[in-house]
Amino acid sequence: MDSKLPNPIRPAFTRNERDDTTIVNIGPSHPATHGTIQIVAELDGERILRADVHCGYLHRGFEKECEAHTWHNLIPYVDRLNYCSALINNFAYCETVERLMGIEVTPRTKYLRTLLAEYSRVADHLTCVAAALMELGAMTAFLYLVMLRDYIYEHLADLTGARLTYSYGRIGGLARDLPDGWLKRLEEILVEYEEFVGRVHGLVDRNRIFIDRMRNVACLSTADAINWGYTGPILRSTGVPRDLRKDTPYLAYAELDFEVPTGIKGDNYDRYYVRMREMDESVHMIRQLVDLLHEKGGGPLNVDDRRCVLPDKTLVYGEIESLINHFKLVMEGPQVPAGDIYVAHEGANGELGFYIVSTGGGTPYKVHCRAPSFVHMGGAHKMLEGHQLADIVPTFGSINMIGGECDR
Amino acid sequence: MTSPTIPIRPESQKSGAFEYICTRKDELIGWARKFSLFPYPFVTACCGMEFMSVSATPYDTDRFGAALPRFTPRQSDLLMVVGTITHKQAPVLLKVWEQMCEPKWVLAFGVCATSGGFYNNYAAVQGIDRIVPVDVYVPGCPPRPEMVIDGIMKLQEKIAGQQHLIVNDRF
Amino acid sequence: MSALFDRIREALAPKLGESSVEHGTLVLRIEPQALLGVVGALKDQFRFDLFSDVTAVDWLGREPRFEVVWHFYSTMHRLRVRIKARVAEAEPVVDTLTGMYGAAHYMERECHEMYGIVFRGNPDLRPILLYEGFEGHPLRKDYPKEREQPLVPYRAGFEMPGGE
Repeated sequence: MDSKLPNPIRPAFTRNERDDTTIVNIGPSHPATHGTIQIVAELDGERILRADVHCGYLHRGFEKECEAHTWHNLIPYVDRLNYCSALINNFAYCETVERLMGIEVTPRTKYLRTLLAEYSRVADHLTCVAAALMELGAMTAFLYLVMLRDYIYEHLADLTGARLTYSYGRIGGLARDLPDGWLKRLEEILVEYEEFVGRVHGLVDRNRIFIDRMRNVACLSTADAINWGYTGPILRSTGVPRDLRKDTPYLAYAELDFEVPTGIKGDNYDRYYVRMREMDESVHMIRQLVDLLHEKGGGPLNVDDRRCVLPDKTLVYGEIESLINHFKLVMEGPQVPAGDIYVAHEGANGELGFYIVSTGGGTPYKVHCRAPSFVHMGGAHKMLEGHQLADIVPTFGSINMIGGECDR
Repeated sequence: MTSPTIPIRPESQKSGAFEYICTRKDELIGWARKFSLFPYPFVTACCGMEFMSVSATPYDTDRFGAALPRFTPRQSDLLMVVGTITHKQAPVLLKVWEQMCEPKWVLAFGVCATSGGFYNNYAAVQGIDRIVPVDVYVPGCPPRPEMVIDGIMKLQEKIAGQQHLIVNDRF
Repeated sequence: MSALFDRIREALAPKLGESSVEHGTLVLRIEPQALLGVVGALKDQFRFDLFSDVTAVDWLGREPRFEVVWHFYSTMHRLRVRIKARVAEAEPVVDTLTGMYGAAHYMERECHEMYGIVFRGNPDLRPILLYEGFEGHPLRKDYPKEREQPLVPYRAGFEMPGGE
């Protein structure tokens, strides 16, 4: 075996600024950095003077893969971007293609997509808070939240067939409709949510150790946040209520009544608390959407457009037009008119945007994902410098860097 | 190198009592090693979420002795490669594997670690067995926690049936 | 919404090529040299404070080959602007926006390594998603998708791609 393995990165600095500082390497195979981030830090004792954050260890060639598949076939790739809230990615991508094609989804799809997007947001925030608390040592809170997240995974597996990477969105609608009893189980899970999250609040919110580790650590000002491109819970924790669901409403958000929680000073505690409050708001929205589904959400699920929706199987086996339609949709993909479009949704981490370029065929010319985690990593050094080495753990936990989204 | 199979010795070198003691010793050491696995979770991608699920309730790996992760390769014996390994990450994986001491086992968790998954492009390694030898492959995208537990149990069967050399290359 | 877009088009008219409103977004096509002027006006005059994205499109076979695309969002007006500029393959150089937006650092690094667009003035154009030693720009249309460039030699029994 070669004793000298190649170094995949070139650090920004290799010489110490002063004689009494050390340069250390943290990651990329490190529990605190979620396994895919490398930080080369210059330390003065325990204090970080300079930090150079390297991502890219999970770059899987999403954009190049998308150019080789049809518009429908690449939905599983889109799932694996932000894998903690995969449904939000599905629906953001599907809506981008639908807008370029000029398709408006049915009300039932609109309400269901909104409901599932909020459900996914809850799952994502649960994962983020659970991982952050576990890394600080609070195993009990981790086990409570992961238990709840498991209920959500099993429930979504009833609907979509998969626990984590659902591939449930389709251009023009959704893959299948709700099974019987799904909404009843949803209400049960929301009641469990209140119980479990209440316990976590009790364990952690006013805990001396938690406050000491999270308050006034990695503060971010609003001007800095907007300059470095932060969106989502991190921007909201600095005090500004910027939320794409309220500012540029899409799906059914215009009909819902919800607040946008904001923080005070943009430190780790604020980011934790903004996420907890956002979960409460999401649950409130889910309950409203269940009512809206009953009232106004009847009717067909998929839009009746043969350019993108697969025809009914009985028709496919019965008449030649549907057979050919089905064949063309599967083999060549839905024909999307030439042009480009950028659509941004409020993902769990911030502004999740898809920029697609079409030359009028069944396969995309370009699919670009504007990933919030990637942009957040660009400014992460601002939050790390000046703080202690041990503060990297809660800071990274509160940024919620998802590797699949950051590196794409 | 990692999973020594039991060699077939010629008749002249066999000694009944010695073989009997070796077998019993192998069973004992195998039993001890299989129920006290210390995984090194080399987590990169989506499979990491299922790894968290399988370590927590209700799918608990603690029942199998494989719960306590050791985040340093020097103290672990099971390298669980969870998620896609890209070419950028490959030197890191190889370095971590080389730093582990014998006996060590590798579990490829997820279809990306097994064969590259559906990322057939310039960035992903098409299966970590191109870099490190693998003992158990658990396919799935991501695998259900029950599959992971099945993989761990298969690994435990493998460890139980291996030859565990603790003194020299014969005993 | 369209009132603001009209004002922008009027104010920046001398520096713009075509401009249009597509799917609710104002799209401005400019020459690469006009970038800093246009973006500066958008940021200071019209309060487009959030830099969303920079990427490029490879129109292989057309001249100029690359089209660099920037997206901006205004948190005050809740509106989006897209700027497009075409650069040739022989000299794919545009100015950097790192002086105005900190978010440009990482995004320009990614665009550079994927397409080869040089951002003049960016102090740090190291590979970010790819690794040291990777040759070529993978998102260009003439880079084959399956060409791997392994850093670590494969074990016995596996063929290294392209005799690396």
